[in-house]
Amino acid sequence: MTVRRERNRVRAGRARNPEKEQQEGAQRLVSRRPQSRDRMREERQEQKNPPAGEEKKRLQRKGNRQIVLVAYCFVAVFLGMIGYLVHFMVQDSGRIINNPYNKRQELLAERVIRGDILSADGKVLAHTSTDGSGKDIRTYPFGRVFCHVVGRNTNSMTGLELAQCFPLLTSHSNPLKQLANEFKGKKNQGDTVVTTLDSRLQQTAYDALGSYKGAVVALEPSTGKILAMVSKPDYDPNTVEADWQRLLEDSGEESALLNRATQGQYPPGSTFKLITAIEYIRENPRSYKEYQYQCGGSAVFQGSSMKCYDGEVHGTVDLQSSLAHSCNTSFANLGTTLNLKGLRNLCNGFLFNQKLPVDFEYNKSQFVLKQGADTGEVIQTAIGQGKTMITPLQNGMVSAAIANKGEMMTPYLVDHIENDEGREIESFNPQSCGKPISKKLARKIKNMMKAVITEGTANSLSSLSYSVAGKTGSAEIDSEGTSHAWFVGFAPAENPRIAVSIVVEGAGTGSQYAVPIAREMFREYLGE
Amino acid sequence: MDKQGAVEKLGRWLGNYNAVGVAHTVAVELSKYIIIVLFAIYTWHCFTVFLGRNVERQERIYQRQKKMMFAIHFICSLVLFLNSLEFKILLFYLAQLAFLVFVSRAYPFVYEGMSRTVLNNMLMLLMIGFVMIERLNTAYAVRQMVFAAGICVIGLFIPYMIERFPYFDRFGWFYAIGGLVLLGLVFVIGKEVYGARNWIVIGGFALQPSEFVKIIYVFFAAALLARAADFGNVVKVTVTAAIHVLILVAEKDLGAALIFFVTYLVILYVSSENLLYLLLGLAAGGIASVGAYQLFDHVKVRVAAWQDPWGTIDSQGYQVAQSLFAIGTGGWFGMGLGQGLPGKIPVAESDFIFAAIAEELGVFFAVCVVLVEVSCFVMFVNIALKMTRRFYKLTALGLSVEYIFQTFLTIGGVTKFIPSTGVTLPLVSYGGSSVISTVILFSIIQGMYVLNKEEAEGNDSKARKKQGTRRKSKES
Repeated sequence: MTVRRERNRVRAGRARNPEKEQQEGAQRLVSRRPQSRDRMREERQEQKNPPAGEEKKRLQRKGNRQIVLVAYCFVAVFLGMIGYLVHFMVQDSGRIINNPYNKRQELLAERVIRGDILSADGKVLAHTSTDGSGKDIRTYPFGRVFCHVVGRNTNSMTGLELAQCFPLLTSHSNPLKQLANEFKGKKNQGDTVVTTLDSRLQQTAYDALGSYKGAVVALEPSTGKILAMVSKPDYDPNTVEADWQRLLEDSGEESALLNRATQGQYPPGSTFKLITAIEYIRENPRSYKEYQYQCGGSAVFQGSSMKCYDGEVHGTVDLQSSLAHSCNTSFANLGTTLNLKGLRNLCNGFLFNQKLPVDFEYNKSQFVLKQGADTGEVIQTAIGQGKTMITPLQNGMVSAAIANKGEMMTPYLVDHIENDEGREIESFNPQSCGKPISKKLARKIKNMMKAVITEGTANSLSSLSYSVAGKTGSAEIDSEGTSHAWFVGFAPAENPRIAVSIVVEGAGTGSQYAVPIAREMFREYLGE
Repeated sequence: MDKQGAVEKLGRWLGNYNAVGVAHTVAVELSKYIIIVLFAIYTWHCFTVFLGRNVERQERIYQRQKKMMFAIHFICSLVLFLNSLEFKILLFYLAQLAFLVFVSRAYPFVYEGMSRTVLNNMLMLLMIGFVMIERLNTAYAVRQMVFAAGICVIGLFIPYMIERFPYFDRFGWFYAIGGLVLLGLVFVIGKEVYGARNWIVIGGFALQPSEFVKIIYVFFAAALLARAADFGNVVKVTVTAAIHVLILVAEKDLGAALIFFVTYLVILYVSSENLLYLLLGLAAGGIASVGAYQLFDHVKVRVAAWQDPWGTIDSQGYQVAQSLFAIGTGGWFGMGLGQGLPGKIPVAESDFIFAAIAEELGVFFAVCVVLVEVSCFVMFVNIALKMTRRFYKLTALGLSVEYIFQTFLTIGGVTKFIPSTGVTLPLVSYGGSSVISTVILFSIIQGMYVLNKEEAEGNDSKARKKQGTRRKSKES
């Protein structure tokens, strides 16, 4: 009965008022369920006793359920598409528009003076001035010192100039000032990118590396801020346009355009023993302290031989002294006991073979050892030779993660962006990129790394007033004994404020060539 | 649109160089936000107008929506004028204004009781198209307006035609033959544009037959399936529909082929009320898509450009990449009309106009455009639900699916949601065939709706009475 009355009311309403029909249609779309239940009840009723004049109604409704279903599907697809578009804007668009093919950069450059790039201590690293003819000139006051990390604006953009191109070409200066500039037909000043780089530390690292090829990276372990990033050989970004042909020809095979700190792939040498040791502790959490090995300077493992550096005999060693003295035979020995799948997972946790969540150019570090590999490859990998490759940045991230109680922080270069008057527009917060090892494990390995300084291969750092933790490495690259000198470590060991990763190409031992650079950097950043 | 030149020109007239620069900046910067707010309110009304039952309130909302449309049109045209300081832009504005006012008054008069939301939306979308095309290429915009005005005037006679000629549903097979002949014509006198052989040129005018066949194709399917949904009939009709689709595939007009395919499936599903048909059809479509991907290189190219436009940015990925640059660089609020570089996107005025809108008027505005298109579709579906005659119901449904699916293909393609298929954004994109066929599509749905209502109210005009009895005898 109620149903019937309802219907009559609807029909009466329709005769009175055509607009109402749409109303009900809209409502039917909005709340289909009760309506359709009603309709089904009506239909059942009608089947039992078809009332006269209802035929038309039934015809009108035939297929309507299907229509509503189709309509819902389309509306859902459109909502999904809008959701996708919003996701694109929030998540991906910033990265995507920063592309040399996006000519809108040039459009912005016509309206905005490219902003400055500053170091964390307020030094200008890149600045644009306008010459008499109205042409913008980009200058780099520090010249070669920051050339890779700051990058260049011409000859295919790189570094921060590329990654921060849009922020640099966006002006957030005072709207009235912008108006006034428009008034005078002048360009507005683009925003300033303030980096995490410490200009003094960078200069120290640059000087300390001297004429060697290689790279230095310094990180703040608790945040992932990149404090310094040096790569040599270098070039002068102020004259790069004039030097371009020579740099491309690269007759001295220097690859000066390459940022070795993030793109150079080196064998990690003995610095990889940190990871081998971590895996050993992980697999033997109770008994690792009882580990002992009798080092005779060389040994043979299932037909593959291994010898310590210069054939030095380390005598009876435990895990800590094996690491402190970088005993190859001992590490080869414990390498043979390791679960290779576990080791691989640990390396993946340290972001080997993975994309890094950074917005500058880099290469992946690689760890390729598989289960069932022959012993020769296993023992080589355990001491950081073999096929493992690591970038200086990645090695710095490993040591920073140990320093930061096992938590790896995403390395980043931009602290904040401010307008021309110094008002902050956007700031960047530290972000974790995983926790490859536990806090306890991090503390255990840190204590062993301290022994490297107090009694081992980096003894020259023990004279500093604070304790340092680290590991040296000498990665052999040919049979003639040429090796890359490595040092990774952090200080102060109790409350780490800086982690460094240093590689000096073809120089010799880490103790001799990389450790002194670390010492200079610690002295600059933390004092004597 | 040389702003500097325009500034100097006005400087010479007024002797005050700076005032223009300021006026321009203020106008462009402020207008951006005003336009977005107005359009957002407009869109909100599209969906909320039916929440209350108060007819006066609805009328007020329709009037308000119209005012907002005129306001947006005025502001956009003002900015376009300030960008170039050319008086012909003012004249063109007045012409557009006259067109919009005329249609907004004449249509409710002819189409008594039509959906006012749909009318407002139609004018809004046409207006956005005018403004954006004018910004990209004034000559195109003039052509677009001429086509739109012409077809809107013709559209005034559509209800009359439907009324005078109520035997529309008796010519199912003629529609099929006519459609196939028109589609086949491009093989004889066709012209290839952007890799698809889907244009014919008659007396200097380039036509896209598929745009018109689209409409009679719905007549064909609706007329034949409205009569009987027995298996034999379904097979015959399906084979004929499949021939349409295959011809379009042969013309490499993938977008149209997809639209025809999906539209037929939906009509078949609703007329048979058999979900099995829909599922079988979708499965067959899926297999056919994979087959097309394997067989045709031009399909592979589109899919590759969709999967990774950055890797192929030099070649096939260029267009999609430029479109995403435009959308991303414009941001939520846009660069401001005339301030971006939509010209960098190939065919920005037509298939990729959505990216141009997003770049200069902002992604917020663009999302509102999507919602307005969806609002039209929802209204169309409501109309289809109301229809009593099967033929009207299926036709209204088929046309609305064609409309919304085409919208989906173009916006999805531009935003890299799906591979780009090269179809226009209805009413907004530049293209005579497209705008004409879409206005016809809108008019037919509205016209049938008006007629259906008159029939339901038992109007005792002779023709209609006769038609009513015939229908009853046939259908009972």
